[in-house]
Amino acid sequence: TEEQCWGTWGKNIKCVCFYRNALLEADINKLGFSSPAARKTGTTICGVVYKDGVVLGADTRATEGMVVADKNCSKIHYISPNIYCCGAGTAADTEMTTQIISSNLELHSLSTGRLPRVTTANRMLKQMLFRYQGYIGAALVLGGVDCNGPHLYSIYPHGSTDKLPYVTMGSGSLAAMAVFEDRYRPNMEEEEAKRLVRDAIAAGIFNDLGSGSNIDLCVITKGKVDYLRPHDMANKKGVRTGSYRYKHGTTGVLTKAVTPLNLEVVEESVQTMDTS
Amino acid sequence: MNTRGLRSQLKDSVPVTGLCPQAGSYGVQDSLRRGFSSVKNELLPSHPLELSEKNFQLNQDKMNFNTLRNIQGLHAPLKLQMEYRAARQIQRLPFLPSSNLALDTLRGSDDSIGFEDILNDPVQSELMGDPHIMTEYKLGVL
Repeated sequence: TEEQCWGTWGKNIKCVCFYRNALLEADINKLGFSSPAARKTGTTICGVVYKDGVVLGADTRATEGMVVADKNCSKIHYISPNIYCCGAGTAADTEMTTQIISSNLELHSLSTGRLPRVTTANRMLKQMLFRYQGYIGAALVLGGVDCNGPHLYSIYPHGSTDKLPYVTMGSGSLAAMAVFEDRYRPNMEEEEAKRLVRDAIAAGIFNDLGSGSNIDLCVITKGKVDYLRPHDMANKKGVRTGSYRYKHGTTGVLTKAVTPLNLEVVEESVQTMDTS
Repeated sequence: MNTRGLRSQLKDSVPVTGLCPQAGSYGVQDSLRRGFSSVKNELLPSHPLELSEKNFQLNQDKMNFNTLRNIQGLHAPLKLQMEYRAARQIQRLPFLPSSNLALDTLRGSDDSIGFEDILNDPVQSELMGDPHIMTEYKLGVL
């Protein structure tokens, strides 16, 4: 399982949690139970660089094994006002990693006095993921606009990164990449780029079991971020057409007998709660 | 990650002491302070990243000092290490958590957040050692 406890190794304190988990894992199958599956985001995430900036897209399904755990989860995480990051892989890992890097980037930008750059976020993420040798299962698509223009990176769980004009990650990445390879052009207009990303995520949603529900989009330009959630509800839940409730009077009443219960108040006592 | 390769590090960084590695002050297993023990845990790392994480700060410092020595000469790391030693001595009484502010500032870790600040933060620990016993232990009276 992906239950790991990041105790403070560096301060030489043993993480008793990890030993307990390892022990349980070994014995639990003998008792007939199975350890709980980590909630993953079998996902489709993608990003594209267009004329004025970056468009990031993601689906909204979180799965726990073969069951949908969250029908509308948010996979586009905030890193800084001009940088956003989509996350695929173990949901907790992507969430905590992006939050830690977001905090670090905020402290860094306060220390330098400048708007943070996408490449800084990329370097922080890749150094952290490499340090943990792939045990943090977070595959990320990082995009943003800084003083040097729009940038888009894909970051793999072991710490390798790619800087590309269009990237896809997650279990639906192949379906989304097929759409990108067909219709991507450099320097697209905003509407065309949004349509392209929407279609790529839709391809992932309809062709991959791990992705589903709605399509979220995030359009980042210099000085402005449009977080469109949901941009497109591709899978609306159906509405029931008929009703199976019986009308009043379906069952005929044969006899009716009413017996009143005459109760009188004997004693009344009030006990005040200690709300101090 | 190959744990066999890390076994060579065991001699340098993890002290493998005699027959009872969990020994406390009386030569018996000290479950209260050191947790449960098993021979397997003492010989091999229980997670492939255990050794690399235990030595992470050490290795980072070594690497940085080496680079500094190559660029600026021997005096630079020597001076810095002297300052580290001085800063490390600024501690509160043994049973209270120390902020280590001077040490953090020197290291440059005062403007970064890691897992050690979120998980198992000593400031938020629910347990505290007995003040008298701990000060006596530190002063060597016990």
